Amino acid sequence: MADKIDARGLSCPQPVILTNRKIKEMGKGLFEILVDTDTSRENISRLAQQTGWEIEVKKLDEDYCLVLRKD
Amino acid sequence: MTVVKSFFASRWGIISAGVFVGVFAPLLQKWGNPGNMGICVACMERDIAGALGLHRAALVQYIRPEIVAFVLGAFIAALLFREFKPRGGSSPILRFFLGFFAMVGALVFLGCPWRALLRLAGGDGNAILGLAGLTAGIWVGVLFLKSGYTLGRATKVKSFSGWVFPIAMVALLVLLLVAPQFGRTPEGAPTGPIFFSSKGPGSQHAPILISLLVGLGVGFLAQRTRLCTMGAIRDVILIKNTHLLSGILGIAGAAFIMNFILGQFKAGFANQPIAHTDHLWNFMGMSLSGLAFALAGGCPGRQLFLSGEGDGDAAIFATGMIVGAGFSHNFTMASSAAGPGAYGPIAVIIGLIFCIVVGFTMRERMA
Repeated sequence: MADKIDARGLSCPQPVILTNRKIKEMGKGLFEILVDTDTSRENISRLAQQTGWEIEVKKLDEDYCLVLRKD
Repeated sequence: MTVVKSFFASRWGIISAGVFVGVFAPLLQKWGNPGNMGICVACMERDIAGALGLHRAALVQYIRPEIVAFVLGAFIAALLFREFKPRGGSSPILRFFLGFFAMVGALVFLGCPWRALLRLAGGDGNAILGLAGLTAGIWVGVLFLKSGYTLGRATKVKSFSGWVFPIAMVALLVLLLVAPQFGRTPEGAPTGPIFFSSKGPGSQHAPILISLLVGLGVGFLAQRTRLCTMGAIRDVILIKNTHLLSGILGIAGAAFIMNFILGQFKAGFANQPIAHTDHLWNFMGMSLSGLAFALAGGCPGRQLFLSGEGDGDAAIFATGMIVGAGFSHNFTMASSAAGPGAYGPIAVIIGLIFCIVVGFTMRERMA
C-alpha cells in the first residue's frame, strides 16, 4: 500500500512543500498525493520532472490523484 | 483545448503572459495611465478605494477598469477551462488583515510587485530597493512555510459564493460608467458618493474600453499561466524552480524594450513618477508586502485572478487590500513623492509584527 498525502484544500505552495518533503524523505519508491486544483497538479508535475520522479495523473470526480514513482 | 491548456502550462506560455503585461503596461501609460503605472494592482485598488470615498485623498480617486477586468478575465478563463471552483474558509480574517497590511506596505513603497518591475523597466532605481525588500519579505515567508506554516484547508462552497466577487466587479464597472453624484456639499453642490480626481494620478487614465480589453487579456492569460511575482521569487528560494520567474522576467524585459521604444525610459533615483527616494522605507514597505503575500500565497494580481476562479479567501485578501488603502490615506500612512507619510514607518513595523505573529502561531506540527 503506497503512502498517501491529502493536500486537498491547501493553498499554493503547500501541496508542493508536502510533496518535496516526501521526495526528500523517501529518496525513491512510490507514493500518492491527492490535490483538488489544476494549479497544484501542474506544480507537482513540474516538481516531479525537476527531481526525476515519474508521475501518473488520475482524474477523480473533483480531485486528482497523483502517483509518484522513482525506482 | 488540451493543446491550448498544455501551452499555457509550459514555460513559453508563462513567458507570453509576462510579455503581454510588459508590452501593454507601458502602452496603457502612453494611452493615459500615470507614469510607470500602466498596471499596478495596489495603486489601482487604492484609486478604487478613493473613488468609493473610503479615503478622501483627492489626487488618487478613480474606478480603475483594469482591476474589474483582471477578475472578469480570470473568471471567463476559469469557466471556459472548467476551473471555476467556489471554495473558501481558510482563515478568512487572517487573510483580510494580511491583505490590509500588504497594502499598507505597498503604499509606503508606492506600488505592487508588478509596478516594482515596471518602475525598474522605466529606469526608476528606487525599484531596486523595493524588489530587494520584496525578496527579503518572501524569504522570511519561506522560512515559515518550511516550518509548517499553514492557514488551513479551504473547502468547497456553494456556487453563488464564487460568483459574488465577479458580480461586485461588474457593480464597480456600472459605478464607473454612471458615476452617481447624489450627495450634496454644505453649499448644495453635487458630490459623491463616487469621487473622481480632477488632477493628479487619479485623473490620468487610458480610455475605459482600452483598459477593459487589456485587463481582460491579462486576467485570462494570468489565470491560465498562474503568473505571480511573489510565487516567482518564492519558488526560486523554496524549490529552486524558475518556471514562474520566467514570467516576471518576461514582464520586465518586454516593459524595458517598450519604454525605450515609447520614449518613456528615464534612468535615475530622483524625480521619478509617483515615487520617493527614501531607500530604507522603500525596502521596508516592500518587505512587509512580500511577507504578507508569501503568508497569503499570492501577489495582489494573483489574488484577483484566484478570486475570479471562485476562491473566496483570495477575494477576502483583495477586499482587505482595498480597505487597507482607505486606512493608509486616512491615517497618513501612505507615501507621496516627498517621502513616507508621517505614520507610514510605524504602520510598517506594526504590520511586520502582525505577520510574524501569524507566521509563528499558524504552524502545524509536521508529521
